[in-house]
Amino acid sequence: MQPPTPAPSRRRLSLDWLGIAPFVAFVALFLILPTMNIVLGAFRTPAGDYTLANVRGLFTPSIMASYWISIKISLASAILGCLIGFSVAAAIVLGGLPKWIRSPMLTFSGVASNFAGVPLAFAFLATLGPVGLVTVFLRTQFGLDLRMMGFSILSFWGLTITYLFFQIPLMILIITPALDGLKREWREAAAILGATGFQYWRMVAFPILFPSILGTLALLFANSFGAVATAIALTGSSLSIVPILLFAQIRGDVLGDPHLGYALAFGMIVITGVANGLYIWLRARSERWLK
Amino acid sequence: MAFLDIEHLEKSFGPMKVVKDFNLGIEKGEFISLLGPSGCGKTTVLRMVAGFETPSTGAIRIDGADMVGLRPNRRKIGMVFQAYALFPNLTVAQNVGFGLKIAGVNRTDADARVAEMLALIGLSDLGPRYPFQLSGGQQQRVALARALAPRPQVLLLDEPLSALDAKIRVSLRTEIREIQQRLGITTIFVTHDQEEALSISDRIVVMHQGIADQVGSPYEIYNRPSTRFVANFVGTLNVIEAEVTDPAKGHVRIAGAAADLGRALPSGKVSLAVRPEMISLGIHPGRETVLDGTITDVHFLGSVIRLKADIGAAVLAFDTFNATDAPPPKAGARVQLSLSAKDLLLLQD
Amino acid sequence: MTRIGAWIALAFGLGYFALPLIGMTEFSLKMRRGVYSFDAYAKVLADPRFQETFGYSVFMALMTIAFGVLLVVPTAYWVRLKLPRARPFVEFVTLLPLVIPAIVIVFGYIRMFNTSSFLPLTGTATGTNLLLMFGYATLSLPYMYRAVDTGLRTIDVATLTEAAQSLGAGWTVIIARVILPNVLVAVLSGAFVTFAIVMGEFTMAALLNRPAFGPYMQLLGANRAYEPAALAVIAFAITWACMGLIQLVTRFSKHTKAAR
Repeated sequence: MQPPTPAPSRRRLSLDWLGIAPFVAFVALFLILPTMNIVLGAFRTPAGDYTLANVRGLFTPSIMASYWISIKISLASAILGCLIGFSVAAAIVLGGLPKWIRSPMLTFSGVASNFAGVPLAFAFLATLGPVGLVTVFLRTQFGLDLRMMGFSILSFWGLTITYLFFQIPLMILIITPALDGLKREWREAAAILGATGFQYWRMVAFPILFPSILGTLALLFANSFGAVATAIALTGSSLSIVPILLFAQIRGDVLGDPHLGYALAFGMIVITGVANGLYIWLRARSERWLK
Repeated sequence: MAFLDIEHLEKSFGPMKVVKDFNLGIEKGEFISLLGPSGCGKTTVLRMVAGFETPSTGAIRIDGADMVGLRPNRRKIGMVFQAYALFPNLTVAQNVGFGLKIAGVNRTDADARVAEMLALIGLSDLGPRYPFQLSGGQQQRVALARALAPRPQVLLLDEPLSALDAKIRVSLRTEIREIQQRLGITTIFVTHDQEEALSISDRIVVMHQGIADQVGSPYEIYNRPSTRFVANFVGTLNVIEAEVTDPAKGHVRIAGAAADLGRALPSGKVSLAVRPEMISLGIHPGRETVLDGTITDVHFLGSVIRLKADIGAAVLAFDTFNATDAPPPKAGARVQLSLSAKDLLLLQD
Repeated sequence: MTRIGAWIALAFGLGYFALPLIGMTEFSLKMRRGVYSFDAYAKVLADPRFQETFGYSVFMALMTIAFGVLLVVPTAYWVRLKLPRARPFVEFVTLLPLVIPAIVIVFGYIRMFNTSSFLPLTGTATGTNLLLMFGYATLSLPYMYRAVDTGLRTIDVATLTEAAQSLGAGWTVIIARVILPNVLVAVLSGAFVTFAIVMGEFTMAALLNRPAFGPYMQLLGANRAYEPAALAVIAFAITWACMGLIQLVTRFSKHTKAAR
């Protein structure tokens, strides 16, 4: 028998939980279970027995090559996005530019970071594609042939440059508040203690921003790693990155083994999961300092 | 020539002149307060000494060396900011050692100096903590230690107490004064709190609309304010309109009572001021001017009781000490007040 | 020194954003040889497939928004009111769609809801449409939930609820007539983001084989030259309009609040 007092509160509690039952049911049915289904599928044979063979199957040269090029593109676009986005945000916040630039720039970043997928690919094809605006301009005005120089919008760098269109604004949106958080007194305190501007950045400002920057890097990485539409619309299937491979696998089992497909998807979850976990952990760290 | 010389210092932001012809000589080891309401230019003066603002005209010299044009990081000045401004990514010890590291002091000497500074502020145990783990009062003491660690020539304190609780404010200001006197460091302290300035300064500069109204010891500032602004800003003050009966001899009439100021006055009316503690309840020898009034207010503050009495021409605030055998008068009671004519200040506008 | 660097960084950023937009706009106008024209747009707009898919996606977006509001507003409200302890859990779950790639989620759908499963949604067109809407709702969950939760933070949920209860209101009335109007601006911003996401979404619709705007754009891109650029301009205009509307409603609400 339970003691009499906790019983009513316990019943109240379970009734309260009923209030979010629809939400729990929805996410279970349309988010958690489908994902678990894939994850479990990655560790099962078609007969239903547990196995590691599928995951081991990922370590074949062609699949590893897919992961490798995906990781390279995601890293390149994340690092460049961080660098350029940081420069632009620093210019807006600390560069002594006119104040009115800030608000339109942030609004525009909000739009641009949401402008991804198929239309983004079209925009870059129309700009840097074989008959794109910039390509033609460089060829006719300067005699520079991008294709002769080895550049193609359908390549590693083409995809990276295209991804940067949403990566840079995302970095601007996330890092601007962090830059706002740098107090003027820190700079002044460092200066009066004898530090040069460079020493202030090296010993104070950069260490303070570092978790935010690294965290955003992880976020940008995951952001481009999971991007499917832009890549498909831009390159068709000529560039074999993981999302394109998975897309083709779901459509027509190009790997010839459905369970290898689950393993492929599982690998994606692991990579984006690690990147996002890193992001959450680093953000918590930087907030701890600045609360 | 004083240790720190400020001559004809002026500063304009656009059309706004925030500091006007500011002159001050500070001796070595002196504790000077810049006192005034917000926007009076006191912080701007401090920031020009620190090097964060460039004077429009004028000179700042420390120990004979010209400071204007020198970057803040070359001035060998220590500064404590209102909002602590500790580096959040560094521990307490690293914060205190920051200036030493910049100056290239070797590790052993630096560590010893940091330990010495932490002992000075009584926080020896907190070296490995981060600023966010400290209370406001502790953070501000660390900021003080950080400013003092590289042995600066001058210490600047920019309203260091105004973000703190009332109780900590009082204890920390005493601590700051003790440390300042122990180290003998020349200090400029900016505050808008007259009690703070009076309690810890060697001299006070009262500032008002970019001008130094009066420079003097706390005793001089309080008892002989030279302008109406200083008189009003520092301490509580009763202002009485008096009628001049004999300009040459300095005789005036206050609410029916005569007083002899003993110095030449303009004819007509004058404004006189008197501190609450210079007015006594009842008749006392040596306080020859006697006024009749009615008590309007009684505030029991503990050791002191502040009363207000209507004397017809004005309402005067005055103090009596608490005494077990003499309860204070109640509101509505008829009383006699006495004061001495020598305690009456003639206010200039 | 710093200022020159700042201008250079800004100019580079602006150039990066502006060039593709100029490029696609210019390209979309070049369909007729040697002269700028709106031919590409006319062609796209006249295409019955465009009208079909565009209409389909607008419909799906509106359904997704309606479903999302019904799901998120009561949940966020209830968590604030009665289950503050569940907040970390709910917040974590709502962020998961940012972590798990959409292609993985839809992969799971195809496996879980196939014709031989306990809930054979993919067996019928209506079922698949429903599944796609749930998928869209999942994708927009992080944005919708965060917007509504931020909106709830600015009002005193507990007091409003008690006041309404003391006047005899039931839960449905409280949520529909008291809470929802007070977080309407937040709900609208969430709705506009959802609209932008659904209109441009490709992966889920393509893999579930639904005739949505995203797959149509991709198909057109593979087969035509100038029309895709026109489509990109249209899509960009939609994104821009959604973000602009968010700014507008937010600003509008600030004005009404200040006036009170």
